Amino acid sequence: MAVEASRACLEGAPGGTASAAAALDAIAFCSTTAPFADRDDAVLASAALDLPETVETQNLGASLRAGTGGLISALHRSDGARSLVIASDARLTLAGSPQEMTYGDGASAFLVGPKDDTALATVLATRRIGSDFVDHYRMQNHDFDYALEERWVRDESLLQLVPQTTAALLAAAGCRPGDVRHFALPAGTATAKRIAQVCGLEEARRDERVLAECGDAGAALPLLLLEEALEAAEPGDLILAVGIGQGVDALLLRAESGVRRGPAALGRALAHRRDEPSYVRYLSHRGLLRVDFGMRAERDQRTAQSVAFRKRGAITGFQGGRCSRCGTVQFPQARVCVNPECRATDTQSPHRLADSRGRVKTFTEDWQAYAARPPYVYGNIEFAEGGNLLMEVTDIDAGELQVDDAVRFVFRIKDDDRARGFRRYFWKATKP
Amino acid sequence: MASGIKDKVVIAGMGCSRFGERWSSGPDDLMIEAFTEALADAGIERDRIEAAWLGVFFDEQSTGKSPLPMSMALKLPNVPMTRVENLCATGTEALRGAVYAVAAGACDIALAMGVEKLKDTGFSGLPERTKGTFEDLYLPSSTAPGAFAQLASAYAARYGYSMPELKKAMAHISCKSHENATRNPKAHLRNRITEQQVLDAQAISYPLGVLDCCGVSDGAACAIVTTPAIARSLGKRDLVSIQALQLAPSNGVEMGHQSWDGTHTLTTPIAAARAYAEAGIRDPRSAIDLIEVHDCFSITELVLMEDLGFSDLGKAPHDVMEGRYDRDGAIPCQIDGGLKCFGHPIGATGLRMAYEIYLQLLGRAGDRQLRGRSGRGPSIGLTHNLGGIPNRNVASVSILGLLAA
Repeated sequence: MAVEASRACLEGAPGGTASAAAALDAIAFCSTTAPFADRDDAVLASAALDLPETVETQNLGASLRAGTGGLISALHRSDGARSLVIASDARLTLAGSPQEMTYGDGASAFLVGPKDDTALATVLATRRIGSDFVDHYRMQNHDFDYALEERWVRDESLLQLVPQTTAALLAAAGCRPGDVRHFALPAGTATAKRIAQVCGLEEARRDERVLAECGDAGAALPLLLLEEALEAAEPGDLILAVGIGQGVDALLLRAESGVRRGPAALGRALAHRRDEPSYVRYLSHRGLLRVDFGMRAERDQRTAQSVAFRKRGAITGFQGGRCSRCGTVQFPQARVCVNPECRATDTQSPHRLADSRGRVKTFTEDWQAYAARPPYVYGNIEFAEGGNLLMEVTDIDAGELQVDDAVRFVFRIKDDDRARGFRRYFWKATKP
Repeated sequence: MASGIKDKVVIAGMGCSRFGERWSSGPDDLMIEAFTEALADAGIERDRIEAAWLGVFFDEQSTGKSPLPMSMALKLPNVPMTRVENLCATGTEALRGAVYAVAAGACDIALAMGVEKLKDTGFSGLPERTKGTFEDLYLPSSTAPGAFAQLASAYAARYGYSMPELKKAMAHISCKSHENATRNPKAHLRNRITEQQVLDAQAISYPLGVLDCCGVSDGAACAIVTTPAIARSLGKRDLVSIQALQLAPSNGVEMGHQSWDGTHTLTTPIAAARAYAEAGIRDPRSAIDLIEVHDCFSITELVLMEDLGFSDLGKAPHDVMEGRYDRDGAIPCQIDGGLKCFGHPIGATGLRMAYEIYLQLLGRAGDRQLRGRSGRGPSIGLTHNLGGIPNRNVASVSILGLLAA
C-alpha cells in the first residue's frame, strides 16, 4: 500500500513520476504496523520506487501520530530537501470487536518541499502536543489493539486536547476558527461534530468518504483525510488537519492553485473497489482463521538472500533490461539478449517495467495451486515496449480475465516464509 | 556433416512395468519388473550389459540422486552408469545415452532405464518444488496444469474458437485415450469415459478439468540396445532401429521475448524438423504410422498435432473431431492410452512410448495391435516428450522404425 500510494503521489506530481522521483532527497515511512521490526521498511519502499540509494530514509511508528509527525518533520526541514512522506497501516482486529467494524487499511503519500507555484498547499503553522493518555494500545509482539471506553476518551482527552491545540495553532498563525474551510479530523461523525463545536469549527467542511468507505486507517488516516480535503478545496481555502494518538498534532494549510490540477489519487483508489462478500474468506485472508490449504501450502518459501540482494533491481525495482544493440526489452535483464535475431552479449542496461502497461497473452485460473484467495490467476504478460513475463494477476476473480486484457503492475506480497518469519515481495499484474 | 543416428543401433529387448498407483512397490520393484521383462526379451545374461543410464526426475521424492539405486537394485556388475534428468524427456534422455554409447562403439550392449515413484508424495498431482533460487523470487508458484492450461486460452483467442468448441475437441482427445487404454493391461486408467463427463469434471486450472489431465503414476520402463549385427547374432529377425533422436531446449524466448504467442510449443517443431531430417522423412503425415506424444494435458496433445506437422495451424480441433488421431484414424495417437491413461511416471515416460512403438512395429501389441496403412502392420513410429512447461521446456522427438532386412 505504501508503494502504491507513493507511486500515485509521484505520478500526480508536476512533470510526472520520473522527474518527481529524481528530485527526491528523502523518504519517511510512517506506520504502526511496519512489516519488519528490524529491517528498514523505508529502504525497501525506496527500492521498490526505484529511487537512488542516496535518498535519505527514515521510519516512524509507535503512534497513530506517526503520519502527521512525519509530515510535520518534513515540512520543518530548513535545508530545502524534497521529501516523500508515506503513512501506511494495516491493523489486525479481533473477530467481533468494535475495531473490526471501524478499522480499515490504507496508505497516503505526500510530496513535501520548498514552496513553488505548482504546490497543492502551503503550511502556515504546525503544533504538536504529547499526552500519555492511553485511549488504546498494543504492546510489542501483540496482534490486536486494546481499546478503552469511547466516552471517557472523548470527554477526557479529545474534547480537551484537540481544542487546546487548534486554538494555539490558529493563534500562532493569526487566524480565527471561522477562517477554516476544511477540518480533517480523524474521529467518527458524532465525536467529530462535538469536537468541531468546541473548537468553533462547526462551519468547516468535514468530508467522510474515507471513514465511510475505507475506515480508520490508523497512522494513515489523518493524511488520507487531508487528501480528501485537498480534493474538495479551492485555492485559498484554509485546511486544518489533525492527528491524534497520545497527544495531538495539528497543521494549518492553505490550498494553492495546484489543487485545480486535481489530486485525484484518493478518489481513484476508493473507486477501485472490490467487495468481499464472504466473512470467512475475509478472516482467512487476514490470517485470523486457521484454514486447511492442503499440502501444497507446505512448500518451503525460503529466500536465498544473497540472490535476492544480487537481483534486487529486478525483484524489488522491477527492472528488466534493454539491449543497446537491438532495443529489445526483456525480463530479467540477462548477459545475453533474448531476441533470437540478436543474442548480443553484455549490451543491456536496466529498464524499469513497473510503470509500463501490459497485455494478457495467456492466462489460467488455477484451483490446484496454493493461493491465499483461490483461484491463483497467472499468465504470460507482454509489456507495451516488448518483453514477456509469466506473472501473477491479482485483485481478480474467476471469469474476469480475458486474453488481450490490458494490465498495469503493482508491488505486492509474493510469499510468506512462515518457517523463518520472512515476507518477500514482487510485482503482479492487475486490471487498470 | 554428421551422418546421424539412423539405423546404427537397434533394440535388443524392452520391458515396462504395470503403471499406476503402485502403493506396495518401490522404485527398486518397478525397475526389476521392467528389467526382468527386457532381459528375457533380449535373451541375454545380465552381465552382458556394459553400460547403463538411469532416468529419474524427482530424485528428491523417491530414489535420491545418482544411478546407484539402479545399480544396487539390479546388482549390475559395477558397469559404467550415469543418472540423467531432462524434465519429462528424462526417459528419452536415458535412451539417448545408451544409443549414443553403442553407436560410438564405446560398448556393444547398453541399458536405458527410466523410473518414477510419484505416489509417495502424500497428495494428488505432482510434488511441489523450487524453480530455482532466483526464479522463486518472481515466477508464480504455478502448477503443471496451470502452465499448460494457458495454451488453451491463447489458442482459442488466436484461432477464433469459442472455449466450448475447443473444450469439445479436448474432451474427444481424452475419451480417445481412455478408449485405447481399455485394451492395455499395463495402463493406469482403463475406464471408458464420455465427452460429457470430461466437460462436467471438477475444475483444475481453467479451462482444464480433472479429466483433461494425465494420470500421476508409478512405473518403470527400459530398453536394452545394441548393434544390428549383435542383435542378429542373438537370433533376432525383425529389428526395430533408432532412426532419429532429437532434442530442442528453450533458450529463453518463450519466457522473455514477445515473439512467442503462447499458443504452441516453440521447441517441438525444431526438434521435429531435425528428427525428420535425421530419419530421412519428407512428409511425416504419410510416412509415420503411429505416434506417442506428450499428452500431459488434452490441450497439449491438441497443439502438438500442429507442432509436429500432422495438422495445419489452427486446424487441429477439426482434425481431432474428424477422428484422424483415433485408433481407426489415419495417424493413431496414444494407441496405448498415452500419458493420459497408461500413466506418467516421468522418468519412465519416454521409454514407455518407445516400448509401445517397439511392440507395435513387431506385431506384439496384443488386443491393441494396429494393422497399419498397408494392412501388414505399422513400420515407423514417433515418440515425443515435452519436458517442463510451455514457457521453458525441453522437447524431444524420436523416430523408431523396422530395420530393412
